[in-house]
Amino acid sequence: MSSNPSRTRVVVTGLGAVTPLGDTVQATWDALLSGTPGAHTIDEPWVEEFHLPVTFAARTNVPAPDVLPKHEAKRLDPSGQYAVAAARQAWAHAGTPEVDPLRLAAVVATGIGGVHTLLDAYDTLRTRGPRRVLPMTVPMLMPNGAAGAVSLALGAAAGAHAPVSACASGGEAVAYGLNMIRTGRADVAVVGGTEAAIHPMPMASFAAMQALSTRNDSPETASRPYDTTRDGFVMGDGAGIMVLESEEFARARGARIYAEVLGAGTSSDAYHIAAPEPEGAGASRAVIEALRVSGVSASDVVHINAHATSTPAGDLAEIKALRVALGADLDHVAISATKSMTGHMLGAAGAVESIFAILALHHRLAPPTINVEDMDPGADIDLVLKTPRELPAGVAINNAFGFGGHNVAVVFGPAS
Amino acid sequence: MAQSEQEILAGVAELVNEETGLPVESVEMDKSFTDDLDIDSLSMTSIVVQAEDKFSVTIPDEDTKNLKTVRDVVTYIQQAQG
Repeated sequence: MSSNPSRTRVVVTGLGAVTPLGDTVQATWDALLSGTPGAHTIDEPWVEEFHLPVTFAARTNVPAPDVLPKHEAKRLDPSGQYAVAAARQAWAHAGTPEVDPLRLAAVVATGIGGVHTLLDAYDTLRTRGPRRVLPMTVPMLMPNGAAGAVSLALGAAAGAHAPVSACASGGEAVAYGLNMIRTGRADVAVVGGTEAAIHPMPMASFAAMQALSTRNDSPETASRPYDTTRDGFVMGDGAGIMVLESEEFARARGARIYAEVLGAGTSSDAYHIAAPEPEGAGASRAVIEALRVSGVSASDVVHINAHATSTPAGDLAEIKALRVALGADLDHVAISATKSMTGHMLGAAGAVESIFAILALHHRLAPPTINVEDMDPGADIDLVLKTPRELPAGVAINNAFGFGGHNVAVVFGPAS
Repeated sequence: MAQSEQEILAGVAELVNEETGLPVESVEMDKSFTDDLDIDSLSMTSIVVQAEDKFSVTIPDEDTKNLKTVRDVVTYIQQAQG
């Protein structure tokens, strides 16, 4: 693979996550490798109260008081709680780097923002009046709330940013942090995504779009990307955060390096506000751009963590995009569709799945895809099914696409 | 029902602890909320609103700005209950 010597190399030195599969990266990865489904029936009174057409989701545990003290949790929307918990994990995993606050950035994305806070506050306003609406409501509900909270928690003063691009947000945060380091705005960037939208209103809205699987009698098998009987995505929540550093900074402090972020590509479909462009034209441009910026060719790619949400249209559009971008080389790529286990973590998905791609390179092991019983004949790909698969040396791609027509592809390489 | 100064102090300390994580024993009568306890105006508003529920009193916004110390709050609640 070729490289551009003038380009600042950016490496990954710390990982943190709270997901439906576990409260840490290690627990999540172990569950992922053993093919554990994260979706279950929701045990909340509102499922019955509203007669929701979808009664299950893949939920993450709220951080325990020893992870996030009660008084801190109280000032954060669940999306902010997940983000701060995951950011502290990632920071500890990176060895709590000593860095000038003016050279440390926080880029934490969300697709939806503090929707629990917003709707709970509206309920309070209606039932108890304006004086009972908590003064922290606005900082908790704003979509940049999690980015601000992480910047406060770690003392990141080089910039706090919150790219919002629906389900591409997490991937866009990685791309944004990468560019902050490459353009000299920071030496270290804490990047990722968070989401907490398992609430009856967003559930009802996504269901109204017919975007969600309605396999209520079998939540564990509902997320089935590329299966002929897939009928929509499964709501998930949680957060994934990683520590990026310039290679120079990381080497100087003797950090462990897990992977290199080689490059990212973004594009927009300009086709439909929610439906994917059926030929994957926009998505393919993002992947092609990511490979170009990374200085690698399609034949270098050994693994892709696909966006693959388990919707009838989206899964096939992504395959078409990958075929355009990688051509015949796609045949030799081990593809994993990990939303089959995590569900769709919306604005966190691109970050959590980037972590999976990094771990796949680090361990040379692609995680499995579960619940595929009858592969869609339109999916002419090498999907890793049922059990993990060893990977040859090479680079990995994570895709993240979002309503609004957003496409993000990020390319990771092994630590050199 | 009127409560003793000590009971009100303990209740206020509990609210401060829940809001800020400060230990209850640090909430002493002569401490200033802003200067000694480093409590910002958002947290202060939240503590006052919760105190209204906890002690069954009403503390109008125009009075809140005069509540500088823990003693101010405890005395205000005691008088409002009385």
